[in-house]
Amino acid sequence: MEYYLIVSTLMLFIGIYGFITRRNLLAVLISVELMLNSVDINFAVFNRYLFPEHLEGLFFTLFAIGVSAAETAVAIAIIINIYRNIRSIQTRELNTMKH
Amino acid sequence: MEISLQEIVFFILAAVIVVCSVLAVTTKRILRSATHLLFVLFATAGIYFQLNYSFWGAVQLTVYAGGIIVLYVFSILLTSPEGDHAEKLKRGKFFAGLVAALAGAAICIFLTVTHPFGAYRIAGGEVPMKEIGHALMGTGRYQYLLPFELISVLLLACIVGGIMIARKR
Repeated sequence: MEYYLIVSTLMLFIGIYGFITRRNLLAVLISVELMLNSVDINFAVFNRYLFPEHLEGLFFTLFAIGVSAAETAVAIAIIINIYRNIRSIQTRELNTMKH
Repeated sequence: MEISLQEIVFFILAAVIVVCSVLAVTTKRILRSATHLLFVLFATAGIYFQLNYSFWGAVQLTVYAGGIIVLYVFSILLTSPEGDHAEKLKRGKFFAGLVAALAGAAICIFLTVTHPFGAYRIAGGEVPMKEIGHALMGTGRYQYLLPFELISVLLLACIVGGIMIARKR
């Protein structure tokens, strides 16, 4: 069980590292996906090893996948709109909100 | 030291997850980053299959690897100009991010390894599909009709919001 948790911990912190250091909005979003996935693995592993007769962690995983899909779709819509307005998706150039 | 087949599969999946997620956040080209994310999602689905949660592995494959990656690839192709490379970051910020991530990972792994989780039981095979369906659609205790409806309303709101944001004026 600890091995699964170590893998998901590594994945979470790789995601945090990418979230801090990348300068492209889509790359930041990919890092967020890594973090969400590691949390999903944690839910499933805790459910399997600590409470195998219940289903709570699994349904949390299911709803987290649904929420992250919705979040990704809206975020990509916003990013495409930003690109249409200022022709760039680098975070350095995103210092204005007017178009 | 005996190593079962399950452990070999697990170590392969773990290696794929760690290596590909490192590549996904460090590679210079954004499209390669999305491809490495796809491999990470496949390996995550493999971990669900290995835990005997086939339904969740299938959900992961269809929703993430089938849906979200396609969205990513299309938006990358729409928004990245030809030969787009990640710009150089200042050295100080790079090291700040690296140190923050490494310190956090070290603390969390230390806590995970030293924490006594008690006696856990690996018992339990595949969750039957009928049970999943009843739990998802029931209104009683430990049943999840209300969050299910909440998710559907959230998805509707996201569809409307996505169209409102992304449409041409």
